[in-house]
Amino acid sequence: MAQPSPGPKLASLALIAAVIAAGAGAFAYTAGWFSPDRLTPARLVQAIAPAGGPALGHRRNHAKGICFTGAFEANGNGAELSKAQVFVSGTYPVVGRFNFSTPDPNAADATSRVRGMGLQITTPDGQVWRSAMISPPFFPVATPEAFYALLQASASKAPDAMKSFAAAHPEIAAFGAWAASAPWTASYAEDTYNGLNAFLFIDKSGAAHAVRWSLRPQAAVAPIDHDALAKLGPDHLEQEIAERVGQAPQKWTLVVMLANPGDPTADPSKAWPADRKSVEAGTLVVDKVEAERDGPCRDINFDPTILPDGITVSDDPFPAARSAAYRHSFNLRTAEEKNYPRSDAAQQGTQP
Amino acid sequence: MTRSTRFTLLQRLLHWLMAICILAMLFIGVGMVSTVMPKYVPLLATHKTLGLAILVLALIRIAVRLRSGTPPLPRDLPPPMQLAAKLSHYALYALMIAMPLLGWGMQSAGAYPVVLLGGFHLPAILPPDAGIYTLLKTAHVYLAFAFFALVLLHIAAGLFHALIRRDGVFESMAGGTPRNETAPAK
Repeated sequence: MAQPSPGPKLASLALIAAVIAAGAGAFAYTAGWFSPDRLTPARLVQAIAPAGGPALGHRRNHAKGICFTGAFEANGNGAELSKAQVFVSGTYPVVGRFNFSTPDPNAADATSRVRGMGLQITTPDGQVWRSAMISPPFFPVATPEAFYALLQASASKAPDAMKSFAAAHPEIAAFGAWAASAPWTASYAEDTYNGLNAFLFIDKSGAAHAVRWSLRPQAAVAPIDHDALAKLGPDHLEQEIAERVGQAPQKWTLVVMLANPGDPTADPSKAWPADRKSVEAGTLVVDKVEAERDGPCRDINFDPTILPDGITVSDDPFPAARSAAYRHSFNLRTAEEKNYPRSDAAQQGTQP
Repeated sequence: MTRSTRFTLLQRLLHWLMAICILAMLFIGVGMVSTVMPKYVPLLATHKTLGLAILVLALIRIAVRLRSGTPPLPRDLPPPMQLAAKLSHYALYALMIAMPLLGWGMQSAGAYPVVLLGGFHLPAILPPDAGIYTLLKTAHVYLAFAFFALVLLHIAAGLFHALIRRDGVFESMAGGTPRNETAPAK
């Protein structure tokens, strides 16, 4: 083989080193290792954790919750908007979870203004629709970045942190007004769960319809005030829903609201006017409630981007951010199972 | 019997097509898990779709390799380098097969539906199990970094053959004119 002189050889080695360094550098950049300010799923999830650290083994937010199962009874009305099988008249199995917004799985019920429902509907064609909805009629902030800033401001010890946040994000005022004035309920069965984010329903012709959806309770709503709820005890909601569903299935109506042209789809802090056309697509029937520890919802990530063919994300930036953060939370908690053992594992652990 | 000093056209096409797919895959993978931007959703779907493509291409490639063989390494390549070349290629093939299967398996164990670009559904290959999910996910992540390191090593070795040893090994895959001075091992 030809022996090149040492000069070109060194130059060649330098070139190889440069190629490898460039490759490694591009990879590290893509991974965000040079970008301490990039909003990553890990930073978003970290910002939710309380000062004492997260509750290991549990969801990082909406950590307190209880599983349910039941069915979604589609009435066929949604089929004009989306070709997804879930809107074809029929009954489809459901797994879900009642919860409220807290990083603490032992938080007292009256400590949280925001309740939620995670829902999974499975259809015979193998498609899965997951959603995580909350009780406020709109989201506190307009963007995932603003949500991160809100978490940071809430955790900040600086006396004017929230004040300057509110100045920069005036949309938070509407949420504050809702939180101060909206009635409380003493039952998960009496709450409305709103999807808040806009999605696109794709119909049989391929046309897209911008929608938001809500689950409205069929139970009569008996408003109570905060102090009365607090007096019912720290775990009233879970005890009550278990008892209530034990006596009779609890039902919600799935209402799909259509945007008018020009309605904001990218900003869940802005509710659409109430006069928008809406379609009642079916009824959620909850007929069994089980504790989360061994329940069927425990290891389900209610990632709102898991959608059947016939529903897609819109230009709303939240579902992607929530998906990324939920996935990170799921990765963390499933790796921490020993901190939240299932009861069979706990029993085995006590055997000699 | 003389062995060709070059890979067959089909092998070279498969190599370079997979090179693009695998590099794209590794960058998409490491990028998508570090963002909360809207691009996260299409990146994830692309990652799954490319993963299946790589798995299928890798299986075809191995079949083609078993049929067509490989050009011999240069006789004067030192034995430790011959061994390193063989082992690193076995590792690359193993990762091309294992990574998509780990990804598919972890999605199945995590109770995630596996939906590709275009809405195509893959069946679950494992029942839901949080412990298995964690195990496979951990393997998927660590092996991804190992895969990228191995790809860099592979590129460095290819350039070393091309620029410093000039022994025809690079050209056997690059498709240039084989060098006259190449001395086959057999």
